[in-house]
Amino acid sequence: MRVPVSWLRTLVPDLTASADDIAAALVRVGLEVEQVHRVGHDISGVVVGEVLDVEELAGFKKPIRFCHVSVGDAVHDVVCGATNFAAGDRVAFATPGAVLPGDFRIATRQTYGHTSDGMICSAAELGLSGDPDGILVLPVDSPLGADVVELLALRDEVLDIAVTPDRGYQLSVRGVAREAASAFGLALADPGLAETPSADSDGFVVRVDAPEACDRYVARVVTGLDPAAQSPAWLQRRLTLAGMRPISLAVDVTNTVMLELGQPLHAFDLAALRGAIVVRRAAAGERLVTLDGQDRALDPGDLLITDDSGPIALAGVMGGGPTEVTAATRSLLIESAHFAPLSIARTARRHRLPSEASRRYERGVDPALAAAAAEAAVRLLVTLAGASAGVVTDVDTRAPQPILVLPAAAPGRLAGRDYAPQVVRRRLEDVGCTVAGDDPLAVTPPSWRPDLTGRAELIEEVLRLEGYDTIPVVLPTAPAGRGLSAEQRLRRKASRSVAAAGFVEVVLPPFVSPESLDALGGGMDPPRVLNPLSAQEALLRPTLLPGLLAAVARNVSRGLVDVAVYETGHVFVGPGGTAPPTPGVDGPPTAEQRAALDGALPPQPRHVGVALAGGPASWDAAVGALVELGGALGLTLQPRAVEAGPDLHHPGPYHPGRSAELLLDGGRVGLAGELHPRVCVALGLPARTCAGEANLDALVAAAAAAGPQPAPVVSHFPPASVDVALVVRRNVPAAEVEAALRKGAGELLEAVQLFDVYTGAQVGEGRRSLAYTLRLRAADRTLTDVEVLAARDSAIAEAGRRAGAVLRS
Amino acid sequence: MSGPDLLAPEALERARDEALAAFTAAPTLESLAAARTAHIGDRSAVARARKAIGSLPGTEKADAGKRVNVAASAVQEAFEQRKRALEQERDQRVLLEEAVDVTVLPPRRRGARHPLTTLSERVADVFVAMGWEVAEGPEVEHEWFNFDALNFGGDHPAREMQDTLFVEPAGSGLVLRTHTSPVQVRSMLDRELPIYVICPGRVYRADALDATHSPVFAQVEGLVVDEGITMAHLRGTLDHLAVALFGSVGDGKGIRTRIRPNYFPFTEPSAEMDLQCFACRGASAQPGGEPCRVCSSEGWIEWGGCGMVNPTVLVACGIDPERYSGFAFGMGLDRTLMFRHDLHDIRDIYEGDLRFTSALGSEV
Ligand SMILES: [Zn+2]
Repeated sequence: MRVPVSWLRTLVPDLTASADDIAAALVRVGLEVEQVHRVGHDISGVVVGEVLDVEELAGFKKPIRFCHVSVGDAVHDVVCGATNFAAGDRVAFATPGAVLPGDFRIATRQTYGHTSDGMICSAAELGLSGDPDGILVLPVDSPLGADVVELLALRDEVLDIAVTPDRGYQLSVRGVAREAASAFGLALADPGLAETPSADSDGFVVRVDAPEACDRYVARVVTGLDPAAQSPAWLQRRLTLAGMRPISLAVDVTNTVMLELGQPLHAFDLAALRGAIVVRRAAAGERLVTLDGQDRALDPGDLLITDDSGPIALAGVMGGGPTEVTAATRSLLIESAHFAPLSIARTARRHRLPSEASRRYERGVDPALAAAAAEAAVRLLVTLAGASAGVVTDVDTRAPQPILVLPAAAPGRLAGRDYAPQVVRRRLEDVGCTVAGDDPLAVTPPSWRPDLTGRAELIEEVLRLEGYDTIPVVLPTAPAGRGLSAEQRLRRKASRSVAAAGFVEVVLPPFVSPESLDALGGGMDPPRVLNPLSAQEALLRPTLLPGLLAAVARNVSRGLVDVAVYETGHVFVGPGGTAPPTPGVDGPPTAEQRAALDGALPPQPRHVGVALAGGPASWDAAVGALVELGGALGLTLQPRAVEAGPDLHHPGPYHPGRSAELLLDGGRVGLAGELHPRVCVALGLPARTCAGEANLDALVAAAAAAGPQPAPVVSHFPPASVDVALVVRRNVPAAEVEAALRKGAGELLEAVQLFDVYTGAQVGEGRRSLAYTLRLRAADRTLTDVEVLAARDSAIAEAGRRAGAVLRS
Repeated sequence: MSGPDLLAPEALERARDEALAAFTAAPTLESLAAARTAHIGDRSAVARARKAIGSLPGTEKADAGKRVNVAASAVQEAFEQRKRALEQERDQRVLLEEAVDVTVLPPRRRGARHPLTTLSERVADVFVAMGWEVAEGPEVEHEWFNFDALNFGGDHPAREMQDTLFVEPAGSGLVLRTHTSPVQVRSMLDRELPIYVICPGRVYRADALDATHSPVFAQVEGLVVDEGITMAHLRGTLDHLAVALFGSVGDGKGIRTRIRPNYFPFTEPSAEMDLQCFACRGASAQPGGEPCRVCSSEGWIEWGGCGMVNPTVLVACGIDPERYSGFAFGMGLDRTLMFRHDLHDIRDIYEGDLRFTSALGSEV
């Protein structure tokens, strides 16, 4: 809402504060004044001049005039390209040295063979609306030499106010003036309280068939309009400053009234109406060509203004073509109605037709205002267009205003400070409430404040008008808390572990394309965004890999050679369920309702993902990062090769021979390794890019469930080391051999270390030798050679049983 | 030479002198070892002299033994001395040869945590230190939690204002949460009263990506519901967070916040909160103040929204508004990060360029 300060002052006559001070006071009570525009402050040196004579210069491509202009104490030669003036006219003359908007400086110059010692200004050059090709001709009684800025009141400020959805009343000069008046403790000259004529028994016939959506409909007939009458300069200027374009007198008048009072008006060409006005919902199949030329199919929910010919307007949103006011219109029917916000909001949204009118109706228009607004428009038309006021119709089915009960101490209790009862009362009266009783107060909100529906809303009015800065600052004391949950602490530790392994954390948007999932092997069915930001990336990620791999590619394309990134975040697995019924809000949902709501959500566990390329990237860094993460949480993640079929088909995007599934207690919690070469090609990644991903929630849950670890017995006796070299079939995983050694060696075994892997002729085709050091130690004694050998033999025997290992000779 | 000759005083002196000369002449530890074999070893003159003692008559044994010992220890002493000298020489040479350029470190990947993560944890820690707890919830959320329970009616203009991303199936009521307030709703439904929680998390709006807007961003919200909670408590909490994140305690006056009336469906009264500019402390807005880039010389930085929990929200969450009141606040972590680090393009946060994270990886 753009409010010219000069307009504001007409409603608060005693308001003398500067525009900046007014803006500051409004900000303090909660209006969002985004900007104070200054107009006309950059104009100087423009005075009233009289054109003494006019000489048409011949021989140029366009008409050029050479004139003498008197400014009283001097006469200037001036060359002018406009032709809409004559000798004797008074004009706005920019003398040499004058400055026009945009820092346009006027100087004496040579042009068209003459000296031009100044400039005759057009309206546009003075920042006014008007014909840009013609100069501005002033009234003949304009005093010669007078400052045009003063004379035309060109200097003004405009408050640009962002209005929140609950404050419809602020979409009017009246509403803002009320806030300014109370902020400065001044009286408001409320144009909404103007006297209005009562309804005529023979008024234009209006029938409201949808009273739930229209509880007030005032219609005024205006006749004898002079079609040639133009909006006067002051009216055009007000509209322009308020951000609206002057169109025609009738439209300008309705717009002016809407801006001043906040009541949208609609003017129908009376001659085009057929029979009575009926306000009703649309019938199936009805259509209307709106003012913008669109032929619209109407929805049964749309509220319509109709006559015998059918729909003539979408109520509160936009009028129809056939009843539009034209240059030939001589009589009008002015509509000043109150429509229900929801109905208008739905229609405006349905037809994508936000308008100045619908914007106001959606936020709530003062239903008491209809008659005064219509009267204001009629008066302007009478004054400016020589019209006559005709019959008055007023269909009024408004409900009485509710009465709210407010304990006098309630505002203070919520603010944390005291307000004197008379302060509470005065502030409520400032916003227009009627207040009765002492304690509790019986408060009737004003008709223009449909947002004042309860105690909290009344309290807010008192607090904001008294100033939020008067509320004390007190830190509340919470009861003793339990700190972060185990899961939260574990997630922090997991993240630190991956960072410690050399990975750099990234935070990526979760939107992915079907193609990026197909490139990873497909087979995923994640939720889809109905109104995605990008049509290509309409899916919610079921895996962190697309984002991480794109980040790797981006980093590589930016010239980074050793890229290792990780992310922890939610993934979205499978589509959401069917629509559960939405519970009401007059109490908490029942257990069944709650279960239905939660059950409709897609599973969305947190994952951790890593990806690396270039430099020393290898499969083991990806697998290792996740195994180490497990270790940091106290979990043993066992890598295991995934069975590859004869065609080397492999689940997921990985290299079948260089990737692993990660098992926790036998269950898969992740996958990691080198990417399949085809995936690297498809995604434009460097060869041998590696990645991995694990279900972080599953890891954290397992770790949290494990509870405190028992402390180890730290033996102070010397260890005994013994080496064993075992020959196994080549496809036996080392992990299997190690597990057997551990089991066989028994509790004396402290550590097993694989220190050599050999393949070659000495061990035979399809076999390999694995050499381990076993470190043995007892808690309570030094081991004897016999004990050490027994443990070693037992370990070898177990490896033989379980992994087919034989001692290398 | 026979045994007794070996034990002659002159012979022993000669053997000693020859040994000393040989040791001194040995240029390396290897040649010294050879000289040692020759002059101290079993077949050396001194060793053979010691063996010869046994063949002497008893009366002469003591004297001869003494002479041999004197010579032997002189030889041993000379050997040790030369060995030490040669070892020192060798060590010096080897250590010199082994010297490295200590400014050349082998390349090692240095990981880093994202500054949004660290900032989020930092905010959480401030509140946990006061006894609050950290609450979490799903990112794909049902509208009932995201809107209905928060007093956004079905056709409330504010519901449009949020520019929500909706999730299939159509009409299922699933949305990408537009704020972390649904976590507040879940907290009120699930937790015991009183409630003191902080809700950090990712949120989504259908905003086009530009330098100052991201459709995905991080937010942190706080919620208190207790008996006797006032707007003064809200102000106290905001000031405390501001000091914890930006204020220097050293000068005795921390960074302040201010609140200005605003509108949110879920709070009443509602307010916009501004943070006193931590760079100029508001001095740039004073007459004659130096201009400030951080706050555009406004003295304040818009930080987020807050207010007293709307009684209708308490009712929807099963809490008696006659007995309990509460406050809530929320601010963008991205925005906080941006002005904390003088970052001008929000896209840097979400692009995944590891140079961004690495440079801010030392944040704690
Ligand atoms: Zn500043």
